[in-house]
Amino acid sequence: MIVEKNETMPVRSAEDVVRVRREVRERAVAIGFGLVDQTKIVTAASEIARNTLDYGGGGELRLELLRSGARRGLRLTFTDRGPGIPDIERAMADGYTTGGGLGLGLSGAKRLSNEFDVRSAAGEGTVVMLARWK
Amino acid sequence: MAKRHETIIPTLIEKHQKPLIDEWMAAQASFGTSGTSGDVETCTRFLTELRRGTAAGEIENLQAPVWNGMRELLGEQSRARALKGFSPSETAGFVFSFKRPLFALLQREVGASAAQLAAELQIATQLIDGLGLYTTELFQKSREEVISRQQQEMLELSTPVVQLWEGIVAVPLIGTLDSNRTQIVMESLLQQIVASGSQIAIIDITGVPTVDTLVAQHLLKTVSAARLMGADCIISGIRPQIAQTIVHLGVELSVTSKATMAGAFELALRRTGKSVVDRKPSQASA
Amino acid sequence: MEQIPILMVGDCLLVSIQVDMHDQLALALQDSLMTKIVDSNARGVMIDISALQFVDSFIGRLLNNIASMARVLDAATVVVGMQPAVAITLVELGLTLSGVRTALNVDKGLALIRRIIDGEERELDRREK
Repeated sequence: MIVEKNETMPVRSAEDVVRVRREVRERAVAIGFGLVDQTKIVTAASEIARNTLDYGGGGELRLELLRSGARRGLRLTFTDRGPGIPDIERAMADGYTTGGGLGLGLSGAKRLSNEFDVRSAAGEGTVVMLARWK
Repeated sequence: MAKRHETIIPTLIEKHQKPLIDEWMAAQASFGTSGTSGDVETCTRFLTELRRGTAAGEIENLQAPVWNGMRELLGEQSRARALKGFSPSETAGFVFSFKRPLFALLQREVGASAAQLAAELQIATQLIDGLGLYTTELFQKSREEVISRQQQEMLELSTPVVQLWEGIVAVPLIGTLDSNRTQIVMESLLQQIVASGSQIAIIDITGVPTVDTLVAQHLLKTVSAARLMGADCIISGIRPQIAQTIVHLGVELSVTSKATMAGAFELALRRTGKSVVDRKPSQASA
Repeated sequence: MEQIPILMVGDCLLVSIQVDMHDQLALALQDSLMTKIVDSNARGVMIDISALQFVDSFIGRLLNNIASMARVLDAATVVVGMQPAVAITLVELGLTLSGVRTALNVDKGLALIRRIIDGEERELDRREK
């Protein structure tokens, strides 16, 4: 598998979240994702970007264009140095929320992605990776 | 920088082009590729490109720019043959059959020196094998693209969404439902719902042989999506066995279902505030 | 600051979300709507999301909130124009939007609001078996 392209952008403000959605959409279109796949990854990105901002105190997103044989994919890695998630399993359970939201951020984003991974611990920040393949 | 190989091949091609082509055409015929053999023009182009690449001494890397023309030529050949349904052997045979005339020529020209002959044969083999393999890979890729496109077309053809009445659409599902197909049906149906402004969608599964948990889940997702948009679904064609399976699997089909498409249509008409009435006898003959 | 325009059609407010909203704009919209409902005695709120290319949990919350608050002010809310790709994604995401009624387009939305106001239909979704 090759990483064809690689770019980073900040996720530190509400405007950044809007920008993240726009950039992810553009990359998804460039790879040739159909409308439904585009929508899925943009929505997943929106959820995690929001988490990064609201719970992680802001962070950054790395966007990578992947290629594996004839398949192309888009991988998003959100990183923050916030308080971290002490109990990842609980956070991934539907409906669980500490912030009064609908509690779907992590689990929802996972369902919308082909690949998904969360690394976090209390006090150690959080890294969320999600990818979608064509 | 890549290693540069010296070889007399380009010189030989220049001096003996015509006889080489003649022998090559004969070799192709006996390779079993008659009828698919390259014509004189294609052979000539091949030799021109071969000369270009070998003159530059680039033997190892066929992706190098000096081989662009050759790759383009082989690409055209592969694609054309893939589209016509030829086999990989028939396609690559064009390249591999060139070994015979080339080796024979090398034998004649440098046969006196065993060492030089060995070196040239090595280079010739490496090149022809590489080009032949490249041709085969391209062929495979083209074939896969054709198959994939045909599959897509078949999928689209087999899931038509019909407008039964104003505000009512139906999609008769036929055959096995896999994840890919269900997705296409879903998108197709939902798009039609929006385009026609239909509030009711009938999904008929009479033609679906088995309904397992996965299929049931897919159906439910479609129903949920339609609801989110403001339309309602009715599932029709539920056979007794399917009803049993569904209950047995413990799947909650929280959507109205009917045994027949006719029943579903009648319900849909009612829900959209319409009814079918008999005309008066005096008008029946009109 | 940019605002999302709110129109009045009969006794209904009509809002068309055309831009990718950031938080501030979304909250401003919520506030404007509530104020307008009271000021204009509106009985219905129609939110047109046909231009939205995605709906995430934030927007889901927004729509649910608007519907709940409007209900307290005796106005019914209907969301119209959801795009198929959005609907499919929402189902996968697990967002049910159970607090809001939906309709395919503005016409059907207005008709639905009418039926709810006239008492012919309940606002909160109940699924018939």
